[in-house]
Amino acid sequence: MKLTLGWLKDHLETDATLEQVLEKLTAVGLEVESVTDRAAELADYTVAHVVEAVPHPDADRLRVCKVDTGSGIEQVVCGAPNARTGMKGVFARSGLTIPGTGLTLKPTKIRGVESNGMLVSEREMGLSNEHDGIIELATDAPVGVPFAGVVGLDDPVIEVAITPNRQECLGIHGIARDLAAAGLGTLKPFNRDPVGGAFPSPIGVRFTFDDPATADACPVFHGCYVRGVKNGPSPEWMQRRLKAIGLRPISTLVDITNFVTYDLGRPLHVFDADKVQGDIQVRLGREGESFVALDDRTYEMAGGECVIADDSGAHGFGGVMGGAANGCTAETVNVFIESAWFDPVRTAQTGRRHGIDSDARYRFERGVDPESVAWGIHVAARLVTELCGGEASDIVQTGAIPDQSRTLRLRQSRIASLGGVQVPEAETRRILTALGFGVEGEGEDMQVSVPSWRVDVDGEADLVEDVVRIFGYDHIETVQLPRLSDVATPSLTAAQRNVRTARRSLAARGMYECVTWSFLPLAQAELFGGGDAALRLANPISADLDCMRPSLLPNLITAAARNSARGNGDIALFEVGPQYRSDAPDGQDTVAGGIRRGRTGDRHWAASPRAVDAFDAKADSEALLNAVGLDTSKVQIARGASDWYHPGRSGVIQLGPKLRLAQFGEIHPAVLEELDIKGPLVGFEVFMDAIPQPKAGRKTTRPPLTVSDFQAVTRDFAFVVSRDVAVADMIRAARGADRNLITAVDIFDLYEGERIGADAKSVAMSVRLEPMDRTLTDKEIDAVGEKVIANMAKSVDASLRG
Amino acid sequence: MDIEKLKADLIGQITDAGNLGDLEAARVATLGKKSRLSEVMRGLGKMDPAERQQVAPRLNALKNALNQAIDDRRGALKRAELEVRLAAEQVDITLPARPEVTGRIHPVSQVVDEITEIFADMGFAIAEGPDIEDDFHNFTALNFPPAHPARDMHDTFFFDPKEDGERMLLRTHTSSVQIRTMETQDPPHRIVIPGRTYRSDSDMTHTPMFHQIEGLVIDRNLHMGHLKGTLEAFSRAFFELDEVRMRFRPSYFPFTEPSAEVDIGCSFDKGQIRIGEGTDWLEILGCGMVHPNVLRACGLDPEEWQGFAWGMGIDRIAMLKYGIPDLRAFFDSDVRWLRHYGFQPTDVPSLGGGLSR
Repeated sequence: MKLTLGWLKDHLETDATLEQVLEKLTAVGLEVESVTDRAAELADYTVAHVVEAVPHPDADRLRVCKVDTGSGIEQVVCGAPNARTGMKGVFARSGLTIPGTGLTLKPTKIRGVESNGMLVSEREMGLSNEHDGIIELATDAPVGVPFAGVVGLDDPVIEVAITPNRQECLGIHGIARDLAAAGLGTLKPFNRDPVGGAFPSPIGVRFTFDDPATADACPVFHGCYVRGVKNGPSPEWMQRRLKAIGLRPISTLVDITNFVTYDLGRPLHVFDADKVQGDIQVRLGREGESFVALDDRTYEMAGGECVIADDSGAHGFGGVMGGAANGCTAETVNVFIESAWFDPVRTAQTGRRHGIDSDARYRFERGVDPESVAWGIHVAARLVTELCGGEASDIVQTGAIPDQSRTLRLRQSRIASLGGVQVPEAETRRILTALGFGVEGEGEDMQVSVPSWRVDVDGEADLVEDVVRIFGYDHIETVQLPRLSDVATPSLTAAQRNVRTARRSLAARGMYECVTWSFLPLAQAELFGGGDAALRLANPISADLDCMRPSLLPNLITAAARNSARGNGDIALFEVGPQYRSDAPDGQDTVAGGIRRGRTGDRHWAASPRAVDAFDAKADSEALLNAVGLDTSKVQIARGASDWYHPGRSGVIQLGPKLRLAQFGEIHPAVLEELDIKGPLVGFEVFMDAIPQPKAGRKTTRPPLTVSDFQAVTRDFAFVVSRDVAVADMIRAARGADRNLITAVDIFDLYEGERIGADAKSVAMSVRLEPMDRTLTDKEIDAVGEKVIANMAKSVDASLRG
Repeated sequence: MDIEKLKADLIGQITDAGNLGDLEAARVATLGKKSRLSEVMRGLGKMDPAERQQVAPRLNALKNALNQAIDDRRGALKRAELEVRLAAEQVDITLPARPEVTGRIHPVSQVVDEITEIFADMGFAIAEGPDIEDDFHNFTALNFPPAHPARDMHDTFFFDPKEDGERMLLRTHTSSVQIRTMETQDPPHRIVIPGRTYRSDSDMTHTPMFHQIEGLVIDRNLHMGHLKGTLEAFSRAFFELDEVRMRFRPSYFPFTEPSAEVDIGCSFDKGQIRIGEGTDWLEILGCGMVHPNVLRACGLDPEEWQGFAWGMGIDRIAMLKYGIPDLRAFFDSDVRWLRHYGFQPTDVPSLGGGLSR
């Protein structure tokens, strides 16, 4: 919402400065977004008198002007056709930077003639696109003063953000009321005296809703016929106002509707009465009807819009936009003025459905003051007859103004107990009265009647807000919440803490944390088991982001591809965030996903990098699980990872077949091809919600440490087994040889190759024996070794490698 | 027998030894069983007691002196040997060490940890809720009337309507979790809710997904002064400043009444925003007293319970605190950006150790 300081002062008697007005606007909740003070911006550009303009000796189109700037005579070479002796124009001296071109002036020679400064056009001043000639000022304009004041540009333009609840401030009068209540002056009443009555209106208004239940679309319509008008350009003062707030003057009749919309927040429409066939009819639109609107676009109705029609059909959307068929033109002589009230919800729906953003829609969908229907028609008729001549008819009144009157109870104590500020009761009453409320009763039982323009106020809290915002939020005292405990207690749940730990442990392993979109393209979702119709957006921001992600991996993989294109091909990324199974509240899982691509690092003189493989991803998963307190020696590693992993080089980490904690491995080559990235690329997904929570009432004490004082020994073995034997089973078999003595089994070599045959592999393990009560004898050690060999033979058909 | 001459002779043999092997040979030659000293010692038995008493101590002294000379020589030879070895054992210590990569924590996570730390001290718990919401929790229960223009302002992402006509959406704010918390838990409440939020908006300063942190406090006897106090205390702690200028402006949100927007004092200097300096204002959050209709929608009696709520952009305050210029880069996963603006995993924010380095 834009206004000018001068326009505001039409409604507010005040001697406040611009600064004070701006400060108070923001303080009462009408946030100042910008201020444009053209007078200040253009202060250097002054009125100049062209004492003489003679043709340039060497150029037909140029003139050499002697210009009296008020502080001396300058010679200016000028190409404008209207530059002539005796005119007054706008002078820009050397050194200034012209706003419209960004060029800085300096003394120069044009075709051999000295030129110092410039006579400027409107476009060069950034005022309009006019560039056919230089600005011409009135001949009595005083030489040497800034020209902005002379042409009325010295009225600062203020843009305020009006929140959706404050529709009455979409008229400058409403803004003035707030400022007056806040002590910045006195609100000036506007003239709403009745006009008209010279003759009965030849045009009537009828509500012709097919379904009476939809008649609330337009409950009231006042009209006035004005005959014998002349529709030329609107007066200078009105054009200046409209231009200042960015509206283009069109004709007096159209300008009047725009002016009243911004001046009083009352949208109007004016029909060319001679183009209206029969009565004006208000009803709902019918599917298939269409009309050409004032924006010259054709709108086809979906049905259900509130339309303004006549005997020849629908011509406009009520409260949104009128029709071209009966709009006003320069030839219009008789008009019919509309001042009506349209239902906010239907207005919003119509506007949204047809993509029309008009000043009328903006106001009606926020709930225009219903009482303004009655005074609005008089304000409009008066402006039309004053500015266009003619005679106004009786007022046609169809329907009844909706009664939204209500009275609310206000307890004076609530100002402090809700608003947090002590406001004297007299001040409460003064503020409410100044805002237009009626106040009866006192203390804890004030009965407050709400003015018709305050559609947003429907409870005590609203009244408290009005009192406190006008009194000033600055006066609210600052109070701290009472502390709940002497020392703060943890704020995270165990699951939330796991998420935090997961992030830090993965980052500590050299991975970079990313935050990627929750959505991705459907084709990628489908590669990772998603694409369910219930998880596809109806209005995605682009086709690339139309589906909720079923996994964290695809976005990380495509991020790796982007990084690779930027020269960072060896990369480790992770994200901890949601993935989506369904649209139910519990259909969202928190997952820690990560990928590693390329090699383990850059080439280095002392450490050779290698290609990443599934065991990197396994290490990441296990490290994370360890970090959140899981004993990974107790988990099972199995095959059966999801389809987007390489079937032979992936696995799952589980606690029993039903409790899957993680999956990891090489990403399936076909998936990588679809995502247009080259491997090696490995990934993992740890399902954070599946990690068992610590038992309630856990103790902080740890079990006592038991260490052996006796010599531990290790024995190495190399076994040959079938290739399909899992090493995990070999380790289990070895440990089973003596569960008390054997404390660790480490695999230190793996050989698969021709020397032992295609179906076999050699696995070398080191078995650690740790006696608790004595030093083992060679005999005892040998006996355990024999048992290991026997167990291996029995469990996994392993033989010692010869 | 000239012991002095013998001594000079034998010690000469020891000090002449040029390496540890020669020294061992010298030891055998001077102190061994076949040495002249041993021979003389053996002769002591044949001496008369008076002579023996005179000679024996001198021989013992000689023996000790020889042992000492051998030890000294050994030490000297070892030192010399070590020196030779050390001289040969130089590496170029300017060579780069073996690589150890440390990753980074994303600024959003770091800032969430910082905020969590501050509010934990103020007695808040962390609540969470689903990104995919229904109309009730995102709008209706928060006092958005149907077709209200405030719904339009939210640029909501919708899913296709279900068979029963219900249309799910991506939450436009974390305020939906206020409702879920009040529905399922009894007051009083003191929670903050960080999370992903979504609006159909994409330009220089907007992304279709962003992060918000919501606060909700419900209790008896709370008023706007508590809201002001809470947010001021938070801002000082978060921006790590003794004093932060704040301005509460009246505003509008359907779910709060009275409502306010909060600006923070700052300076704009060559494109850099500095909090705690200057005379400009920058909007950082919206807040207000929870609307009675919201309390009622959650089954609370507004005459008994009252409180306040606020919502703040996490990405935005991360940008402000750490001078990060472009919001869109937060979601681009460019490792160069992550390395520069991300945080070391060991830099865990804490009140005791400081929120930031």
